[in-house]
Amino acid sequence: VRTRRYAAWLLCACAAAVLGGCDADRPAQPEVAGGNIARGRLLLAQYQCGACHRIPGVDGARSLTGPALDTFGRRSYVAGFLPNYPDALVRWIVDPPAVKPGTAMPAMGVPAEDARHMAAYLYTLK
Amino acid sequence: MMTIAAAAPASQSALHPAGPDAAIIAQLGWILFGGGALVFAGVMLVCALSLRRGRPVRPLVWIAGAGVLLPLAALTALLVFGVWNSAELIRPSSRHALKISVVARMWWWEVRYTDPAGGQDIVLANEIRLPVGQPVYLGLSSGDVIHSFWVPALAGKVDTVPGRLHGMTLQADRAGVYRAQCAEYCGEQHARMALHVVAQPPAEFKAWLAAQARPAHEGGASVEQGRRAFIGQRCAACHTIRGVSEGVPAGLGPDLTHIGSRLYLGAGVLRNQPGALAAWIADPHSIKPGVRMPASADMDGATLRALAAYLEQLK
Repeated sequence: VRTRRYAAWLLCACAAAVLGGCDADRPAQPEVAGGNIARGRLLLAQYQCGACHRIPGVDGARSLTGPALDTFGRRSYVAGFLPNYPDALVRWIVDPPAVKPGTAMPAMGVPAEDARHMAAYLYTLK
Repeated sequence: MMTIAAAAPASQSALHPAGPDAAIIAQLGWILFGGGALVFAGVMLVCALSLRRGRPVRPLVWIAGAGVLLPLAALTALLVFGVWNSAELIRPSSRHALKISVVARMWWWEVRYTDPAGGQDIVLANEIRLPVGQPVYLGLSSGDVIHSFWVPALAGKVDTVPGRLHGMTLQADRAGVYRAQCAEYCGEQHARMALHVVAQPPAEFKAWLAAQARPAHEGGASVEQGRRAFIGQRCAACHTIRGVSEGVPAGLGPDLTHIGSRLYLGAGVLRNQPGALAAWIADPHSIKPGVRMPASADMDGATLRALAAYLEQLK
């Protein structure tokens, strides 16, 4: 009887662990057409966006020179004035000064395709 | 060449030696590791045997044999091998054709080459280039506290001590980028005090050195705003750009004459790619807290980008 009770507890613990993992493993819905979230995360590190921005989940992205992007997926505006839609965000990442001439954020030579992947990752930050 | 070097990950592994000294050190390291593993396995075996009951133990045999004789034999052999092996390490000699001065500072490295054409010293920072397969003399000194120069893939450590000059001969047998790291705690940003050694074919190296000897690239009208910003923001108080700002006391800040040609910025903290210089100038403390360079506080966005663009084209 004792062994059986232990087995029941063990089963419960396993089930809890499995169910608990469900939430973390659920893939976030990509909101950007053609955007790959995992690739976006790597690209954000490769272009060193972290030199200015704090971006959760991106290697070395801890700087606070530019705005922190912790909850970017919930933001209403890009750069403080542009409604936060994928196409606008992609345009912004590709060439910020063309969108807002006085900005300190430089154009880093990001192709639009890469910017779509980066945008897809940024929208997962809620 | 630049793109290849930038794309290849910089090696900082003592287990993948790319120079004669590092190979000797790696071999000694493996022998110590193997010997240690053997001793451990032996002790565990004896321990397991001792747990079997009914066998009388003769203490004197074990103390004299395993406690005195065995370590004596093993350590003597190791000492002889270690001394013989270390004698194979390259002796520092200032007779090599290429001599480089390295001054460690909090928290970056000033690197000086003598101009083969007889001009003034070629000063750069945080990057040493050498021709593959040739021994090179490094004169190591310090501008402030004790640091230590260590390129794990090429050689052992040599301390830099204020007021002293320590010599070292460095040789890379394979082309590549090797990361070096300050190996003596020297303050807040000790961990971010890196240097990159780029070993390249002799002809490429010669062309690179000749390019570094030239004064800064003019750049023309497209970067005039950035050039004016460099003067206007008083960057020249600490940074030399040969042909633009000179007469800066040595060691205040890195020479920027050819900053656009370097692989990394801020002693290895950022890869030198578009945007990195703007981020660094805007607030270096956000990237490397405690660094001596102040953040720019009174530059508008367009000026900041122009200044970064000007510096980026100083190849």
